[in-house]
Amino acid sequence: MKIERYLRNITFWHMMIGILSMATGVTYGLFQVLARAGIYDYGIFTYGTKLYYQGLTLHGVLNAIVFTTFFIVGFLYIVTEVSLKRKLNRGLVYLSFWTMVVGTLLAAWAIFTNRATVLYTFYPPLQAHPAFYIGATLLIVGSWIAILNTVITHLKWRKENPGKLTPPPMVAVHATYAVWFLATLGVAIEVLFFLIPWSMGWVKSINPELARTLFWWFGHPLVYFWLLPAYLAWYFLLPRIAGGKLYSEPMARVVFIMFILFSLPVGTHHQFSDPGISNTWKAVQAFLTFMVAVPSLLTAFNLAASLEYAGRVRGGNGLFGWIKTLPWRDYRFAGMVGPMIVFIFGGISGIVNASYNVNQVVHNTSWIPGHFHMTVGTASAMTFLTLSYILMEKLFGKRPWSKKLATLHAYLWVVGVLIFAWGMMQLGRAGIPRRTHLGLSPYMNLEEKILMGIAAVGGVLMFTSFLIYFINFLVTVFKKPDVSEAEIEKVDLEFTDAYHKENENLPRYLDNFTIWLAIAVFLLIVTYGPIFYDVFRSTYAVPNAFSPFNPLNLIK
Amino acid sequence: MRWDFIDEYEAWALKISLGLVLVFFVAVIGIAVLKGIDVPTCVTDFKPFDKGELVQIGPREYQLKLLGRMWAFQPNEVVVPVGSKVTIYTTSIDVQHGFEIEGKAVNLMTIPGAVNKAEVVFNRPGEYRFVCNEFCGIGHQSMYGVIKVLPEAEYEKWKQEHGM
Repeated sequence: MKIERYLRNITFWHMMIGILSMATGVTYGLFQVLARAGIYDYGIFTYGTKLYYQGLTLHGVLNAIVFTTFFIVGFLYIVTEVSLKRKLNRGLVYLSFWTMVVGTLLAAWAIFTNRATVLYTFYPPLQAHPAFYIGATLLIVGSWIAILNTVITHLKWRKENPGKLTPPPMVAVHATYAVWFLATLGVAIEVLFFLIPWSMGWVKSINPELARTLFWWFGHPLVYFWLLPAYLAWYFLLPRIAGGKLYSEPMARVVFIMFILFSLPVGTHHQFSDPGISNTWKAVQAFLTFMVAVPSLLTAFNLAASLEYAGRVRGGNGLFGWIKTLPWRDYRFAGMVGPMIVFIFGGISGIVNASYNVNQVVHNTSWIPGHFHMTVGTASAMTFLTLSYILMEKLFGKRPWSKKLATLHAYLWVVGVLIFAWGMMQLGRAGIPRRTHLGLSPYMNLEEKILMGIAAVGGVLMFTSFLIYFINFLVTVFKKPDVSEAEIEKVDLEFTDAYHKENENLPRYLDNFTIWLAIAVFLLIVTYGPIFYDVFRSTYAVPNAFSPFNPLNLIK
Repeated sequence: MRWDFIDEYEAWALKISLGLVLVFFVAVIGIAVLKGIDVPTCVTDFKPFDKGELVQIGPREYQLKLLGRMWAFQPNEVVVPVGSKVTIYTTSIDVQHGFEIEGKAVNLMTIPGAVNKAEVVFNRPGEYRFVCNEFCGIGHQSMYGVIKVLPEAEYEKWKQEHGM
């Protein structure tokens, strides 16, 4: 189907803002590993950013919020139009984009001018400039407009296509947005009702534990917002790239629905170490976090089966022979299967984090950044970068300038992140904290300094890999299209065919999103109700507000 | 519920996955209950405090009131004899901090407006570092302390030297 020029262009800008944010974020990532290893301190090449923690705030916000949100919204626009063959509302697309841009600029101004060095979790009573909170809110509201646009388009499609099943890629789009919308409600309450009035000076006190609880209602489901678009690509693009078919379409649908159900009531596993929440409800959310591992285990089965099918179609024989025949040199394959392999370790370390009392060993240690650089930092981020090549080809007819460099980028990242994560996780097991300028810490012993040095080697490899990507991508953007404009206009993402297709046996409730949303909201209320009750009865607001640079209370 | 929309292998993948996470969960909770290694829970019977101190409440039993502040713990050196059971209460008077003891399953958020609690027994003599593991401002990386667990004889000597 024909995708209008405006949507292709705006998707490009979503992608480009995301990638430029990531380029900045990754640069600070390099400074961070070097600073933590005691090799380099802030001040020379850091564009006036003199502080490790300011760089860390930029690294977190630009990579994990700005890059992901812009990229995902842009990518899902294209998936929506291609899979529904129906146009989105153009005005809403622009409104959403500019709201997100204004929000990002506000927050970026606050961080770059050192007025919001509060890290990306922005826990009160550390206080940022109101522009930071307002900017974050606008970014989220902008993404809500994109959700509204998508839902309206889908409802119109429903009316025009009675009795038709929602195409499976569209189920993934809905799952992504359902999780994002319900999650962002928590942080919206935190920011609008507590942080903005408090940072403006309208109210004097704030309850830090309540703010944490609201933040983590958002903070963990957020990771599924990052992950599900990567799953979308793995399920519906990768099998075809590998030369085969998706093993099971109905199972893919079940998986995405399970994510709608179990992504939300899990945030408390970030608060196992918190006061003010009873251990019963911590255990309940630990259980639900284990439940959200189930769709990922099913994904491992389904995708492994799809790849095996592709390998056998390509002539692979025997128990493992099919692995050899897969197209390992194809940049699109390497750029999705590489992250997928890293994600196995990311997922396993995530189970460790979710394991209730085992979490006491790793909570807030370097283990955690080791873990999430293998999940969002690789499974999501690297898949998105691979998608950026695919989108440049599909939307503008520009194949990568160098396919070899694109493949190299993927494998180099895999090696880099595995070294980095290994070092960080060993440090974490030794009890060394995360988000700490270890290069200046008086408590590091020699063994720990060596481990941090190993992590830094991984970090340098990751940065090199990103640099290769970035140059390759920029040249691709500026080169001439490889095919004619008429050819380009027929955008086809080439969604995969399925080995087990959805058929008339599929129960209709699997295509009714209202039911699943209702159950998700119900689970959210049932599990979070008692938690908020605990927080209200055992914690209280304090008249505190602090700048990270001064131990004197800003509230007299 | 009808399951014929997925094939036999997929149904098995689902059952095995569910079984696996159930086994994990039962194991984790089982150990929490049987071994008494638990996570902090909601504390409603302890008043917030603004002074950190170690108080002996019985033979080899101590209560450690630990205060987090930018950018030091109070107290930042704790000395106890080997075999001591220490009940830790922690809060903060400014921003959020973290409190983690090296080599022990003690990892507490130190939050203003709330009191957190953990119990720990020191059966081996040695120096246990504790660090702040939540970002609390530019001095965060130097916020740490040490728990010295001394053998009985050395502890008696230390007490005399410090006039206790």
